[in-house]
Amino acid sequence: MAYLDHAASTPMLPEAVAAVTGAMASTGNPSSLHTAGRRARRVVEESRESLARSLGARPSEVVFTGGGTESDNLAVKGIFFARRAADRRRTRILASAVEHHAVVDAVEWLVAHEGAQVTWLAVDQVGRVHPGVLEDALGDDVALASVMWVNNEVGTVQPIRALADVARAHGVPLHTDAVQAVGQLPLDFAASGVDALTVTGHKFGGPLGAGALLLGRDIACTPLLHGGGQERDVRSGTVDVPGVAGLAAAATVATERQPETALRLSRLRDDLVERVQAAVPDAILNGDKGSGRLPGNAHFSFPGCEGDSLLLLLDARGVEVSTGSACSAGVARPSHVLLAMGADEERARASLRFSLGHTSTQADVDALMEALPAVIERARLVRR
Amino acid sequence: MKLLAAMSGGVDSAVAAALAVDAGHDVTGVHLALSEAPATLRSGSRGCCSKEDAHDARRAADLLDIPFYVWDLAARFREDVVEDFVAEYAAGRTPNPCLRCNERIKFAAVLDRARRLGFDAVVTGHHARLVDGVLRRSVDVAKDQSYVLAVLTPDQLAGALFPLGEMTKDEVRADAARRGLGVAEKPDSHDICFIADGDTRAFLRTHLGDQPGPVVDALTGAVVGQHEGTYGYTVGQRRGLALDVPAADGRPRYVLSVSPVDRTVRVGPARSLDVCTVRAAAPVWPSGARPLPLRCDVQLRAHGMVHGCVVHAEADGWRLALSTPARGVAAGQAAVLYDGDIVLGSATITSAA
Repeated sequence: MAYLDHAASTPMLPEAVAAVTGAMASTGNPSSLHTAGRRARRVVEESRESLARSLGARPSEVVFTGGGTESDNLAVKGIFFARRAADRRRTRILASAVEHHAVVDAVEWLVAHEGAQVTWLAVDQVGRVHPGVLEDALGDDVALASVMWVNNEVGTVQPIRALADVARAHGVPLHTDAVQAVGQLPLDFAASGVDALTVTGHKFGGPLGAGALLLGRDIACTPLLHGGGQERDVRSGTVDVPGVAGLAAAATVATERQPETALRLSRLRDDLVERVQAAVPDAILNGDKGSGRLPGNAHFSFPGCEGDSLLLLLDARGVEVSTGSACSAGVARPSHVLLAMGADEERARASLRFSLGHTSTQADVDALMEALPAVIERARLVRR
Repeated sequence: MKLLAAMSGGVDSAVAAALAVDAGHDVTGVHLALSEAPATLRSGSRGCCSKEDAHDARRAADLLDIPFYVWDLAARFREDVVEDFVAEYAAGRTPNPCLRCNERIKFAAVLDRARRLGFDAVVTGHHARLVDGVLRRSVDVAKDQSYVLAVLTPDQLAGALFPLGEMTKDEVRADAARRGLGVAEKPDSHDICFIADGDTRAFLRTHLGDQPGPVVDALTGAVVGQHEGTYGYTVGQRRGLALDVPAADGRPRYVLSVSPVDRTVRVGPARSLDVCTVRAAAPVWPSGARPLPLRCDVQLRAHGMVHGCVVHAEADGWRLALSTPARGVAAGQAAVLYDGDIVLGSATITSAA
């Protein structure tokens, strides 16, 4: 089996497994006042401090959540509500046209139910938002802006520092979904200049269902989940002690190893890209090249093929990849990311994402290349 | 063989896939997403099309440990089945959408795609027998679906497998329960899958709008009521006529004909529904053409009784001379020929007299 879908979920690091299982064996609600509660609370706070250290944040800026989707929803809706409450004119949201559905759908919900307006920030052909585009869209009526750190489908890295500077000059908070960045790109919350940043454990070797929103101390955010107010009064719910322990342990390892991981995955990815282009000369590499691209990401359109067919045929040969686009009932829609980058629907449907991670090896790429030519040939027979 | 199992989320297709796995085939499951706006949860007696049904199919595939995908055929289904259904009613005919789906979707779009992907055949949970290219009724006569499969060509049947033909529905459910399939007790679906509430007339009204016209007594020529669209009526229908003027003899009246051109529904007594000659077009011979004239049985609607007949050749099809009168024969339905339980052919009814 060759697993080339690390962007969907990457295997847990042994250190994270040890942290989760260790914490699972002990009793205690971190909100309880007795010994067991204090012990659990200590695990949570040490995890908070550790995660903050790994990501260049202060412990008080770490809000633990149930994962990336919750963090994105909390940032987009919570900051929107708080900013509008402070000034009723602030009803517009700026978001890049290539955001994950957790941001896109949260924004669209606010438009449908809360009278928000949205300006989708245009991207160039590689999927990048230029700071000038953000600059032109900013104004007194803007509640917040959201631009992801790196795109989950095509791997394009956004100029976050420059975007944050532009937003800050207008006094508008900037949120960034950085779930794909941790462990592959250098990431420092304070240095980035952003006001809110989404991470989730299972993209960098932590457990599923554990994530965090890094939220600047001066950023007001209206809670979405009400109750005990456990997380800075912004997020209620008993903190998942084993989950955050695993999240923090994975972040420690992943960020420590980030430089060597990036180098190793870039080389592996470059080899993959080169060999795919040699084997399938008309394959189109989507996204940027070099340092503008996530090290573990390769994303192609294969003219004359449907991504769905390629996925099925590769799966049958033990090669696990993704079409990269979100689905609910398992029905693939043409990727809004590729459409925003100027691809037509056919090219969008013809695409496939290969994503590498910490367990990827040369053998995985070899397995893909052994299967791919026959799969492409077969898939070309299938046309609507 | 490399087989693609079409899994609706119902018990039949789950057991059919299981039997294919048991037989040693290399089976991949697919759920066909046929609705462009699928509901989250199933409602009423529909048996497919919701996300819950896709989930049920996925759980069955999990249990069988086979790969599972969802194929989006909603646009094809809308064009080839739903729009055809509406257009047929608009033209005064009575379509069978299940037949159309088999003809154009399951054993056309899906089978074609499957073959190109390297599969040998499509497995479905239809209740019918298919042995050596000969299509026959299911052993469970009440559940038999050969009527809606008779439209398949020999090439289509060559790519089809119906593992349930030798089983009754009760046996299928028992088999599902024995395997621990969660859908073992799932209710049968009855209604047309794309009409959520089962109200066909309301569905057609939203597509075709009000087209009011008279209901005319065929014997007297008198206007005896009004209707809001001929598409709400089908030949042989008795219920829901809401006539203002009772029949002279006090007996119930039935729809005798539906004429969209002059927006007229004609009604009359039951005996006027009896026909002895049926014409049908575009014949298909699933197991190869038979020489005409041909003496055999014919079934004129889904779950209808069979009539002895002689099939004569006509320019674009058949003229069927029935040995006993048939009642309520509607244009648009299929005339399916049988020799005992063997399916001989199928054609679309164009007129009856």
